[in-house]
Amino acid sequence: MEILMSILAGILFMAGTYMVLSKNMIRIIIGTAIISHGAHVLLLTMAGLKTGAPPLLGLKASTYTDPLPQALILTAIVISFGVTSFFIVLGYRAYKETGTDDTEKLRGTDSYD
Amino acid sequence: MLTALHFAIIAPFIAAVFVPFLYKKFSYIHTGWFVLAVPTLLFLYFLQYLPITANKQTVTAVADWVPSLGIHFTAHVDGLGLLFALLITGIGMLVVLYSIYYLSKEKEALYNFYTFLLMFMGAMLGVVLSDNLIVLYTFWEITSLSSFLLISYWYEREKSRYGALKSMLITVMGGFAMLVGFVMLYSMTGTFSIQEIIASANDITSHNLFIPAMLVILLGAFTKSAQFPFHIWLPDAMEAPTPVSAYLHSATMVKAGIYLVARLSPVFAISGEWLWLVAGFGLTTLFWGSFSAVRQTDLKGILAFSTVSQLGMILSMLGVGAAAIHFDSMEDNLYVGATTAALFHLINHATFKGSLFMMVGIVDHETGTRDIRRLGGLMTVMPITFTIAVIGSFSMAGLPPFNGFLSKEMFFTAMVDITSFHLFNIDNIGIVFPVVAWIASIFTFIYSMMLVFKTFTGKMQPEKLDTKPHEAPFGMLLSPIVLISLVIVFGFFPNILSYSVIEPAMASILPSLLGEGEQFYVDIYFWHGWTIELFMTMGVIGIGTLLYLSLRKWVAMYQVFPDSLTLNHVYDQTVVGVERMSSRLTGSYMTGFIRDYLLYIFSFFAAALVFVLFNKNAFSIQADLAPISVYEVILAIVLVSTAFVVMFTKSRLKAIIGLGVLGYTIALFFVIFRAPDLALTQLIIETVSVALFLLCFYHLPHISKELEKVRFRLGNLIISIAVGVTVTLIGITANSSRLFESISGFFPEASYDEAGGKNMVNVILVDFRGFDTLLEILVLGIAAIGIYTMIKLRLAGRNEL
Repeated sequence: MEILMSILAGILFMAGTYMVLSKNMIRIIIGTAIISHGAHVLLLTMAGLKTGAPPLLGLKASTYTDPLPQALILTAIVISFGVTSFFIVLGYRAYKETGTDDTEKLRGTDSYD
Repeated sequence: MLTALHFAIIAPFIAAVFVPFLYKKFSYIHTGWFVLAVPTLLFLYFLQYLPITANKQTVTAVADWVPSLGIHFTAHVDGLGLLFALLITGIGMLVVLYSIYYLSKEKEALYNFYTFLLMFMGAMLGVVLSDNLIVLYTFWEITSLSSFLLISYWYEREKSRYGALKSMLITVMGGFAMLVGFVMLYSMTGTFSIQEIIASANDITSHNLFIPAMLVILLGAFTKSAQFPFHIWLPDAMEAPTPVSAYLHSATMVKAGIYLVARLSPVFAISGEWLWLVAGFGLTTLFWGSFSAVRQTDLKGILAFSTVSQLGMILSMLGVGAAAIHFDSMEDNLYVGATTAALFHLINHATFKGSLFMMVGIVDHETGTRDIRRLGGLMTVMPITFTIAVIGSFSMAGLPPFNGFLSKEMFFTAMVDITSFHLFNIDNIGIVFPVVAWIASIFTFIYSMMLVFKTFTGKMQPEKLDTKPHEAPFGMLLSPIVLISLVIVFGFFPNILSYSVIEPAMASILPSLLGEGEQFYVDIYFWHGWTIELFMTMGVIGIGTLLYLSLRKWVAMYQVFPDSLTLNHVYDQTVVGVERMSSRLTGSYMTGFIRDYLLYIFSFFAAALVFVLFNKNAFSIQADLAPISVYEVILAIVLVSTAFVVMFTKSRLKAIIGLGVLGYTIALFFVIFRAPDLALTQLIIETVSVALFLLCFYHLPHISKELEKVRFRLGNLIISIAVGVTVTLIGITANSSRLFESISGFFPEASYDEAGGKNMVNVILVDFRGFDTLLEILVLGIAAIGIYTMIKLRLAGRNEL
């Protein structure tokens, strides 16, 4: 199971990296979102996927899944959401101001050469 | 504890603080008069040490600076240090006096001048009187710095700035190398104290770092003392005001390197390499300096190369003097004579070169030019200046009865003696030493004669001069007169220096030769009999006169060397070339495209991590993996196929929907892996994100209609696959090597008992690890405010950017 999930995380990272390397701003932002998905899956996987009850004491189970990585991922989800939404609006604004969403055209003017 | 000696060293720095105030407050008095008190008092103060050092006693005073690192401000007065301290304060006194008449009170920024000059004086005193290598290095760099400031004193002139930068780059380069050498010395001996290092010198000669330390320290000394090929900064430093040239670039700073060589001779002179390097570089510099001086047309240019040449001469004598440690016995004192000559010439050079610079400054001041092609016939209008020039130049050329004659004779003696030296088969090539020295002396004779006769004899050319030449005011003549009198006094009565100054300094340079209560035999006198040195001097005078008279016929040979072969050209090309190369290098990888930078980052990430994983052999898959069920396989297939769709779709809408599908699939994974809170949050957030994406990019007319062209790039794909593989490998290894159990056993027990909650994840979020949540709320708040301002704020001044 862990190996399968590791491979999945790897595929998500691959897809995200490929998107981030493209020229189009929206694809880059989608890429960052995919990478954060990959990171969350990786976090969960690395903590171990041993079966047990959900971390709710009311279930009175003998074993529970590890609650700590879940708390970490929850925090990470919220932060990546905040960053992603900021990126989206930033990309939108950049498009409105410059009229392009091609990052290769978005270069500083006071370059060295 | 700071003692009076410490205060004597830092007194110039303290005085420098007050210079601007005095300048402002007493603007009707030339600031130099106040400054003059500092070197005068210091000179008198240091005079009182003469009897102490003459009795072979030293004075040491320690003040802690960074005691935990073994760095103490240790002031140490011995013969060598005192000789330099007297030179620094004595010449400093005369230079300040001269500058009072040289620099105009109305036109010049005197507060700058005297502040820098005092800084320099204090730093020089610190260099020669410090026993701690780090303190010495500190003062050493302050001399470089204040020299830089003084050279660029007329900073509105481009040549001043060029010269200052050049001297800064070269001397600081050497200074830094020297620091490396000091640290090597420390690691060999465990102390920064020079005296302690000298005491343990015999133990470190076979150490691996001994030769490297010697080389880098010599590099520092050679750059500071303008030795070939690092002499190129000195002629360009002549853009400084003449008092500065007289003080720094003839009498004091350029002798800092010589001081260092002399000071560390007891440590390094045991090795033969030291002798060869010091004497070899000295002789090369001696020859090249005197050879180049003849082609100069600027008086200060001649003096600059002459300084280079004379410094080389002193250094070569110090190198030869090192042979004494190997071969001398107290009876014959064969090679010790070279050290005597070096010290004697050091003093002589300070006197005549200082006065010559001042003489040139007077000529410049009174005629408006220093170009020997425009000067001539000044003998009758400036008789006193002429007298100074004659005595100074004749002494420099080594003519009797001046002090330069004595030191030149001793120099020839040393060079002839070295031919009888049997180390390293010197019989064959040792003859080079006296021959080179002799040829260099001929050139010295020629440029010395040029200095006098081209300036003061011949026809006066008033039409080429800016002002009508006349004799300088007496105040300006006073300092060179004092120096030139010393030239004569030391010439006729050299032995007033012998046992008071020179012999104690020799004891510092060659301490291992002296037994208890012994002293070197120093006796300098004119008549040795018909020795080979006398014939050499006669040859110098004879051939020098002939060559000088036929100067016009052979001076064209200097044009044989093209400019592209000069050292200055090499320096300029290096500076320009390094700038161009670094700019090209930076331009080659800082392309300005984000994609390129991301490529570097991702490639490094993949390469470094995969290397480490395989290098550490991190794979050993353990058996206790969770089982795979059919649901997970289905979800995995959905996830992978969606990921590929997102990657390769041409439609932006499909990519956004695909991202939503990915998010929901992951929410389902969270369900399977028994994380209800995660699944909830993931579902909601994914919905909101996709809505945001659609809002911003689908409902906006311009963007949405434009179909993007996604080009397939193999390079991107390879890098992405590498990153994906790396992450997979990390995930697998994380499971294969668990170093210790997790703390999750704590939460089921503590959640209810200690925090009163049954949902463990929520208890962790708000109770056990509440700080995370607090700051995560802050992140959301900042994002919200950021989005709001981005949408709302429109800066009016945008067009100005």
